[in-house]
Amino acid sequence: MVCATSAIRAMSEHSLLSVRGLTIRSIAALRRPIVDSISFDIGVERVGLVGESGSGKSLTARAVMGLLSRPLEAIAERLEFEGADLKHFTQHQWNQVRGSKMALVLQDARYALNPVLTIGRQIGEMLLLHDKTADRKGRVREILSTVGLTDPGVARAYPHQLSGGMGQRAMLAMMLANGPRLLIADEPTSALDAALRTQVLDLMCNRAVTQSMGLLLISHDLPLVARYCDRALVMYRGRIVDHGPAAHLSLSDHPYTRALWSCAPSGRTHGLRLPVFDRSQIDP
Amino acid sequence: MTAVAIESLSVRLVNGAPLVIDSLSLAVTDGEVFGLVGPSGCGKSTLLRVLAGVNRDWRGSVELLHHRPQPHRRFSGNLRREVQMVFQDPYASLHPRHRVARALLEPLRLLGVERPHERMIQALSDVGLDPLIASRYPHELSGGQRQRVAIARALLSSPRLLLLDEPTSSLDASVQAEILNLLSTIKSLHAMTMILVSHDMGVIAHMCDRAGVMGEGRIERTLGREELDRL
Repeated sequence: MVCATSAIRAMSEHSLLSVRGLTIRSIAALRRPIVDSISFDIGVERVGLVGESGSGKSLTARAVMGLLSRPLEAIAERLEFEGADLKHFTQHQWNQVRGSKMALVLQDARYALNPVLTIGRQIGEMLLLHDKTADRKGRVREILSTVGLTDPGVARAYPHQLSGGMGQRAMLAMMLANGPRLLIADEPTSALDAALRTQVLDLMCNRAVTQSMGLLLISHDLPLVARYCDRALVMYRGRIVDHGPAAHLSLSDHPYTRALWSCAPSGRTHGLRLPVFDRSQIDP
Repeated sequence: MTAVAIESLSVRLVNGAPLVIDSLSLAVTDGEVFGLVGPSGCGKSTLLRVLAGVNRDWRGSVELLHHRPQPHRRFSGNLRREVQMVFQDPYASLHPRHRVARALLEPLRLLGVERPHERMIQALSDVGLDPLIASRYPHELSGGQRQRVAIARALLSSPRLLLLDEPTSSLDASVQAEILNLLSTIKSLHAMTMILVSHDMGVIAHMCDRAGVMGEGRIERTLGREELDRL
């Protein structure tokens, strides 16, 4: 028994987030679960969660952050963050963890940020809630400059006044304000064009490494995950169907991973038909 | 044969604002797939909207399928049928409270097509959709299905020039592959000129015979197939 507990402790020391048998279903409908008994661990590393839309990636992230609302319901055998049991968290405990130790970056800053508050005000709010610094204005400026937004006008701007890339960086700044242990990024760059995408991801991954955070990057873009992550989990219809080192995604022999990888168009595929996967082959 | 010939086209969206398109010139050959790439805000979509006759506030000279549309005038005659556009966001480009059938039958009625219902069923199966989908509302379809409906709608009038504004950027990689395959099929079945706007170089390299790189409201350089092959 002693051995067992110390083994678990050793594991939870090793991993920031530990998920066992996470199932998400809609309590309104007796359909098959949307996420079906998935298990994974995230340590101080960059993990990519890939799959097409509707595969349950975002819901998994939301469940981990305790953000599911009715009619959706998550059940898990284990849901632990830094050894703390998230399953029995009270609202107060969630409020302490969310935005400080665990942070979530969403797809489009223009929708995710509050449209009627300035950027500075919103970052200040994050500090007010979790970090009682005296010089909040100075901290806001400092935080914004860490993501390359040195113009003081940014703090005074409203979200709609920023470009997509700047908005995304401002949101990232806000999420990094309290030095989280785990950063979950849900399609953080799908609303950006190619040049900005690299810029935001470089920034995010650098910060993850320098601050030794865990990063869960949710994306449907496999090459992007292969480039930025250490490990990858592939989800299809609520299950993790494939996992392995992100750099080896292109070598995977799972039909779904292979199809997702090879369906990307490029100069070499000109005039050819792109491979489209046969869903009957993967569906149980 | 040129399908599109544009000379020194300038567009200003708001009075007093800088030009979005600044003396742009472009020639697209008949049957060609021409790509337009460039950062957001460089005027790609605005150029397509001029060619579609949606934005009529422009200066310069435009020749479209041997017609000469004039600024501030609606397209007239065959041109209205021959130029069709597929928009970026299939969630926004279909009327949310019209069923698919209505979205497709409306243009058919306007065109005075005989037996519009049969033509609609045909159009749906041409883009790989089950005709039963006709009785559904857009919100009951997936993103890929919606984009197929939008493509089916654009093809109803047998256009000679198809304008595609980021047709796959709101779709997943796997669904994107299906839509790009569909566009290639359409291209091989009907002789058609396409202008494809995308910020994804992979999509451009896969689809296009030539591509123009836009910046600052004009085409900065044109890439041929050799350059595209390297992407």
